[in-house]
Amino acid sequence: MTVWLERHLPKMVLAPSFIAILIFVYGFIAWTAWVSLTRSRLLPRYDIEGLIQYERLFAAPRWDTAMNNLFIFGTLFILISMALGLLLAILLDQKIRTEGAIRTIYLYPMALSMIVTGTAWKWMLNPGLGVEAMVRRWGFEDFTFDWLVNPDMAIYTVVIAGVWQSSGFVMALFLAGLRSVDEEIIKAAQVDGIPTFRIYTAIIIPSMAPIFLSAFIVLSHLAIKSFDLVIALTGGGPGNATDLPATYMYAMAFSRGDIGQAASSAMVMMAVVFAIVVPYLYSELRAKND
Amino acid sequence: MIKKSVLAVTTALSLTATNAVFATPEVEVLHWWTSGGEAKSVGVLKDEFASRGGEWTDMPVAGGGGDAAMTALRARVLSGNAPTAVQLKGPAIQEWYEEGVLSDISAVAEKENWDDLLPESIASHMKCEGTWCAAPVNVHRVDWIWANAAVLAEHDIEMPTTWAEFNLAAEKLQAAGVTPLAHGGQAWQDATVFETVVLGLGGPEFFQQALVDLDEAALTSDTMVQVFDQMRIMRGFVDDNFPGRDWNLATAMVINGEAGFQIMGDWAKGEFLAAGKTPGTDFLCASTPGDGFLYNVDSFAMFDVRGSDKEEGQMLLAELIMGQNFQKVFNLNKGSIPARTDVALDDFDSCALTSSNEMAASAEGGSLLPSYAHGMALRGAQSGAITDVVTAHFNSDMSSQDAVQMLATAVKNSM
Repeated sequence: MTVWLERHLPKMVLAPSFIAILIFVYGFIAWTAWVSLTRSRLLPRYDIEGLIQYERLFAAPRWDTAMNNLFIFGTLFILISMALGLLLAILLDQKIRTEGAIRTIYLYPMALSMIVTGTAWKWMLNPGLGVEAMVRRWGFEDFTFDWLVNPDMAIYTVVIAGVWQSSGFVMALFLAGLRSVDEEIIKAAQVDGIPTFRIYTAIIIPSMAPIFLSAFIVLSHLAIKSFDLVIALTGGGPGNATDLPATYMYAMAFSRGDIGQAASSAMVMMAVVFAIVVPYLYSELRAKND
Repeated sequence: MIKKSVLAVTTALSLTATNAVFATPEVEVLHWWTSGGEAKSVGVLKDEFASRGGEWTDMPVAGGGGDAAMTALRARVLSGNAPTAVQLKGPAIQEWYEEGVLSDISAVAEKENWDDLLPESIASHMKCEGTWCAAPVNVHRVDWIWANAAVLAEHDIEMPTTWAEFNLAAEKLQAAGVTPLAHGGQAWQDATVFETVVLGLGGPEFFQQALVDLDEAALTSDTMVQVFDQMRIMRGFVDDNFPGRDWNLATAMVINGEAGFQIMGDWAKGEFLAAGKTPGTDFLCASTPGDGFLYNVDSFAMFDVRGSDKEEGQMLLAELIMGQNFQKVFNLNKGSIPARTDVALDDFDSCALTSSNEMAASAEGGSLLPSYAHGMALRGAQSGAITDVVTAHFNSDMSSQDAVQMLATAVKNSM
């Protein structure tokens, strides 16, 4: 009995969560895929009609805007967050005295929800209330910083708020990575008289490649599923200038009673996530098998 | 074993329920009237219902202008347990009817003579293939233009009666450093202004063709190009800080004299009144330039329910919603006018009286039209597609010709 239990206990303990994930993640992905092939409007219908919803999706200019915005936002958000996070981590790594306090300060934005971040930045970036109004009151009458209300620039305000929120988290990841580099190698390099800058670029950063990859994966899925930040900061506006795929999907599913369209946009979003995650998983798994 | 006893208990319960001579009328009402004045108005209905011996279960779902409530409704309907009555309006009622979940309340409607009490075009929204399936609560007028009387007097401006006059008045205000048009850059507000311009420049017949029948020739016509030209002009009358502003903040700009005009439905009146302003002296209300009347009618759709207590509750609720007392008290609170035309309007203000008179006149002249921006004329997918184009045009430097082409494509794509 005990032997039997010993052998099967792990499976029995894992089974409920396995079943739950099977149904609530993969089951509903399959359901969404099915609905995306139908003409569902207000309520889901199950007669398959082919790729009509995808044709509608790719013909919609608003979806084009959303995908372009995802590209701009995703690229800038990931690059700037990583660059800033790395810089902060390296500066913090210089064995300074109040490191603990400073690290906490930089990490704190991560504790806020995106809604709070978005609302705070909405007020700061509002030309009539925030930065622009303040600088003008200092006497610089011609100062303009109206990105939030300028349809061509509004998406960059989302980048600013997103980077503010996430760069501290990336810094923590990199800091852990910096600390894990073998002290001996660094000391050896120092003995050889190699300048600190070279030590970072030639030894430390290359040995942190896995950390870069994890940071990239975490940031890219944050970017793709970004929703609350845009809703709080710009509400998707001005016009539809800061629509992202997730806000498009929400509008279709919950405001417009167009479930088929929402399902097809969800499937395309998932394809984008897969395009990033699958190569990562592949390389990870292959490395383990070797 | 457990299953069996549950079954026994439920049979026993249902036996006692059917054995009772008078079942207590029961309703469960899903709505999103949760803000101060609105909640008070629903309270009136609740009290009336209770005084007739009914049992009211309230199911308020706030948030998202009804989006959250619609999500709740979808879940309830899919699980086979729909609420008795749901705050729904316009073509959404027909959409739910097509899903086969609405009930027939013609018995009450015919007994109470709703056909004679309601304007024909409003009654048509309450019917599903000839049978009554919803009860109207109020009529909001959308095509209002509000103005600060002092600002207009100071710059010697009359209430405009054509869009050309409006443009002249606005230029005058702009030259004097006053924001001519208080506006909030949210898609539905852009759409509200757009539809009043369509009605004003195109006339009621054009409005019907373009925004109700979605006639392609009308959508791509020269008149529509002119409408977008006017929208481009209006964009110039708005202050720089407008994106994302809520409508009531725009109304506050008119109240404070920072702006001259606002184009908004009659719910804006509530903001003026709450600020202690008097219609006619402190602020002015008039229909936007042009003929016609755009209505936004709130109503309760009746869902299919089982059991005599619930059916009875549904009939009683429908009767009370259309009752004179509720129609009067509710609309006094909400700033709209009663849907039924025989309610005494002695306690209503001058703006409401104008609204009521013009509704009667336009109903006769055939220019009583459903508002597209507020989901009365079209289904969600189509009105959403139009709004996308309107707001994209208003917030960019798109040409009117491009906008008209995009409009026709978007409408086709939304079908």
